[in-house]
Amino acid sequence: MKEIVVVSGKGGTGKTSFTACMATLFKKKVLADCDVDAANLNLLLNAIVVEEHNFVSGHKAAINKDICVSCGGCREVCRFQAISEDYRVDGFSCEGCGACSYRCPTGAVSFAKALCGHYFVGKTGKQEYAVFAELLPGAENSGKLVTAVRKKALEIALENGNKIILTDGPPGIGCTVIASLTGASFVVFVTEPTVSGVHDLKRVMELSKHFKLPGAVVINKSDLNRSYSNENVFLCLERGFNLLGSIPYEPLVSQAQRQAKTILEYAPDCAASDAIRQIYRKLNKRLETL
Amino acid sequence: MKVVIASGKGGTGKTTVAVNLAWFLANCGRKVQYIDCDVEEPNGNFFISAHFSERIPAFVMLPAVDQQKCTSCGECSSKCRFNAIVRLPGNTMIFPELCHGCGLCLLVCPTKAISEDEREIGIIERGMGWGGISFVHGVLNVGEPMPNPLIRKVKEQGLADHIQIIDAPPGTSCSFVETISDADLVILVTEPTPFGLHDLKISVEVARARGRSICVVINKDNGIFRPLEKFLEERQLTITARLPENRKVAEVYSEGNILLEELPDYRAHFSSIAAEVFRQSENLMHSPMGVLP
Repeated sequence: MKEIVVVSGKGGTGKTSFTACMATLFKKKVLADCDVDAANLNLLLNAIVVEEHNFVSGHKAAINKDICVSCGGCREVCRFQAISEDYRVDGFSCEGCGACSYRCPTGAVSFAKALCGHYFVGKTGKQEYAVFAELLPGAENSGKLVTAVRKKALEIALENGNKIILTDGPPGIGCTVIASLTGASFVVFVTEPTVSGVHDLKRVMELSKHFKLPGAVVINKSDLNRSYSNENVFLCLERGFNLLGSIPYEPLVSQAQRQAKTILEYAPDCAASDAIRQIYRKLNKRLETL
Repeated sequence: MKVVIASGKGGTGKTTVAVNLAWFLANCGRKVQYIDCDVEEPNGNFFISAHFSERIPAFVMLPAVDQQKCTSCGECSSKCRFNAIVRLPGNTMIFPELCHGCGLCLLVCPTKAISEDEREIGIIERGMGWGGISFVHGVLNVGEPMPNPLIRKVKEQGLADHIQIIDAPPGTSCSFVETISDADLVILVTEPTPFGLHDLKISVEVARARGRSICVVINKDNGIFRPLEKFLEERQLTITARLPENRKVAEVYSEGNILLEELPDYRAHFSSIAAEVFRQSENLMHSPMGVLP
């Protein structure tokens, strides 16, 4: 089993568009969308949901006003300023630690498990499976939801004898990215030749070094800026990652997106589509060596 | 006044809008502070040309167990909701990356064997950029999973007598909630694609649930995208500006340059965004809780 995770550090470099393109080219795989608080992959895949699961994780405090004696103990021990002066719990601020319910002398604080989101198994037109999730707006425990998505994808891959899991990762370097990279087999960095793209690539490369992951780089919109494109190439060399290829800036990409299509489907003959197919061949070869 | 620039989806142009709005307001003679809360991948400093004069390490509290006093009773590990403490025979171990710093273990320990130390999770850098803009950002250490405590500390650096332009992290989860928690205005930057719309819907829901004032900027505009227009109309959201799609914008951004200097045609759009900021600050002035720069 090989799990390929696509990350970028910076948002909006083209992770999801790239992953969706790879999805049209790789055979016999399971797809996973680990960008759980802004999950977009399925907008391109249009998979039909065949399974839905609740994602319950952590707890939220609630105060029963009938029993509360307004002693202030909970407000004293709460470090997240989640309890108001009139003893209401702010669900967004509450981290679910339980200090308030421990301190409460009357047992007025209940501590129910929290529903943080849902995750889904979908079936695409090509009869392949995709796992994706929806974190409830503003909810916590997104890293654990990522783990649930990946676990489900692995389960399905094993059941169906699929050899590849293709994962669309989240932006940044925080908990969701850490949860996406832990135990993966290969990482693809999608970057862009901008001052921010280069800076963010460095940080996410550093993070993946923690996991000793092999990986390679794709430079998207590569002709936007020659000097930063060169700097991206230099980074690859310096950090010991291969360059899979460069995709030129293509205005048709945004047109394709508006119709919820990949560029390969929308404009199969443009230079960007050529570059993407070349990258696929290189990536496929690289995976055989793992 | 606190103006947060946010978007669910990454790469819609949050930083572009934040930087150019800061430029515009500074050129209007306002006192402006740029606060970059995208602590996982902070980039604002490249555009503001910030020169840092101060580096402040940011700490969270981390429990420390005095093994002499610890009786390995297991109270702390059984009460910790984050699995950050594990009892082993003769040793109680802490996992720093899992700890939320809630302090419950200190409360429950019967022998008072637990105290707290500080643990560095990142740094805060402060300085000045062009046009007299005051600048502050946080840089999360690579490998740290939790950005929120650092975001909180970065926001504490806000100057009350300035217009604070706050660049939010992408996404719609807890770090976004933390960033907008006390915003006077949330400017949501979106793009006219199904992705942009999907993530905008979630951001609007979060910001409304938090009772924030919202306005919307459509970036990379290239003609009417019906589903987006319909959503904005249904939710009665104001479109403050539409920034036309243009490869040149991406080129200017790639160099870390200022759009409004390189392509002055865009200034009219930013004057509408600035007007919305001024309108909101007027509202604030008339509200009893208002603090105005």
